[in-house]
Amino acid sequence: MSAASIAQAVRRGKRSAETVVREAVARAKASGDLNAFTQVLEPEAMARAAAIDAAVGRGEDAGALAGVPIAVKDNLCTSQGRTTCASRFLEGYRSPFTATCVARLEAAGAVVIGKTNLDEFAMGSSGEHSAFGATRNPWDPRRAPGGSSSGSAAAVGAGIVPLALGSDTGGSIRQPASHCGVVGMKPTYGVVSRYGLVAFASSLDQVGPMATRVEDVAMALEVMRGEDPLDATSSRHDTGDLVSGVGSAIEGARIGVPRDVLDDAELHDGVRDVYERAIESCRSMGAEVVDIELPNARSGIAAYYIVAPAEASSNLARFDGVRYGRRAELDEGEGLEALYVKSRTEGFGAEVRRRILLGTHVLSSGYYDAYYTKALKARRLIKGDYDRAFGERGCDAVLAPVAEGPAFELGSKSEDPLALYLEDVFTVGVNLAGLPGITLPAGTAREDGVELPVGVQLIGGAFGDARLLRLASMLEAALGWGGRVAG
Amino acid sequence: MDEPASRAGELSEADVRRVARLSRLSVSEDEIEGVRTRLGAVLGYVERLGELDLEGEEPMAHAGDEVNRLRGDEPSEGLSNKTLMDMAPEVLAPFVRVPKVLGGGDGGGTGGGGS
Repeated sequence: MSAASIAQAVRRGKRSAETVVREAVARAKASGDLNAFTQVLEPEAMARAAAIDAAVGRGEDAGALAGVPIAVKDNLCTSQGRTTCASRFLEGYRSPFTATCVARLEAAGAVVIGKTNLDEFAMGSSGEHSAFGATRNPWDPRRAPGGSSSGSAAAVGAGIVPLALGSDTGGSIRQPASHCGVVGMKPTYGVVSRYGLVAFASSLDQVGPMATRVEDVAMALEVMRGEDPLDATSSRHDTGDLVSGVGSAIEGARIGVPRDVLDDAELHDGVRDVYERAIESCRSMGAEVVDIELPNARSGIAAYYIVAPAEASSNLARFDGVRYGRRAELDEGEGLEALYVKSRTEGFGAEVRRRILLGTHVLSSGYYDAYYTKALKARRLIKGDYDRAFGERGCDAVLAPVAEGPAFELGSKSEDPLALYLEDVFTVGVNLAGLPGITLPAGTAREDGVELPVGVQLIGGAFGDARLLRLASMLEAALGWGGRVAG
Repeated sequence: MDEPASRAGELSEADVRRVARLSRLSVSEDEIEGVRTRLGAVLGYVERLGELDLEGEEPMAHAGDEVNRLRGDEPSEGLSNKTLMDMAPEVLAPFVRVPKVLGGGDGGGTGGGGS
């Protein structure tokens, strides 16, 4: 059942929030095999559901998302439960505040039923780099759900909740959404407040919704978006009405297809088929499809793997074992320096340590200009590619694949971090340029006798989130996936 | 896809030790070679940026549209001292407790101790 239909039924008193939430909690508790949740917040969720039913009973407006059970990626702070970032460092951490985006969803009646698993501190594309174990793909438990918003994608893809929050620094919403057969959106940078999102790479990070339908994504984004005095990078830009355009057609839309990137890519046959069929779907909905070029797309991954670790090394310097989180036991004679080193070395997993080391290296004296400054200049070129597509080429959106292949087997790429990094090739440019991108399930690819969902991605111009959602809803209808979930 | 592994020499063992020290992370002798190879592979891959014409390009540190934005200087409710102290792993009220800082750095006394 979609978030929109749940909210409508609860608001009209046709279904009780308590029933809806109890059922979602039961599904979450029965889904242990997926390892999608770091914790299920049953008593908190049931209390909130009862309060919503009481408000409905009093004839009050219970909110646009009244009674909708949601799951929240565990790198978003919530004052209820723990906020672990799937890290040993924050295993027992309780945040004294709630992230603005979560607080806004709650104020609109949504009920957080649990926190979801992720690659530690959102660093990864497989969900395997979690201190609490890998999440499994609901379509095939031998496979990874993608990452880093692995638990949120799996929870929606398995039909546990209709709506979840992820965060996207280089594809961490869109890629797992594609691998789990759900809709996932990274809004324009600045549209959603990052207050309460544990920072990974602050100039790239953005929170976004994951759901079974575009309409639900639009509803959630409409509630979350907007300026926040607690985040100086939250934008004052008016993004307009996000929901009302969903479902209505845009005449004469122009969709760009980056042929140069595609010719260069090693796409899985099934993924290529799904993508080419999606182009046909764009034509069938009356859009004009034009070839465009993104000549610097391949450099995006290189720029990303300098910029993101650089910012991460700086952001994660705050984990010192002194003020919060893990504190190592010291041996006789050891001082403050040892406290930092031991707490950090014990607290962070291998992938997080690698990225801190990489980021520290590219920012260090003698390497800064050769790596970091160069990457920031390349970032400008990548943005320029998209500016041309939306400017002189007049595109409303760019249609791209999300990943080169469907969901891969657990463990198959973990020994080669570069292979995992290259998994991000279709997604990182969007973060570097700060653009909105939305992944839609578009079909399936057959792998080892299993049908696996494959998504496509629509990328829009900065602050064109409303238009992008409208186009996405058109494409959603043309693709005919229909909100299907696994099992 | 390029084959960056051959360029792993971009990073030396001394580099790994230096970066580990700067990162306040410990990399054991057993791990150094693995870290050197894996980070070297990534650094080898990013060498491709050297092929771009970046002459005259302005570095882009941020994609946002807000610049140097300040809030009004108005007092508001913040987190209480107790809330923050409750998060610290070790306190000696009303202070957060750390091992001895002055007088010999790491080799220094046990000071506040880690126990």
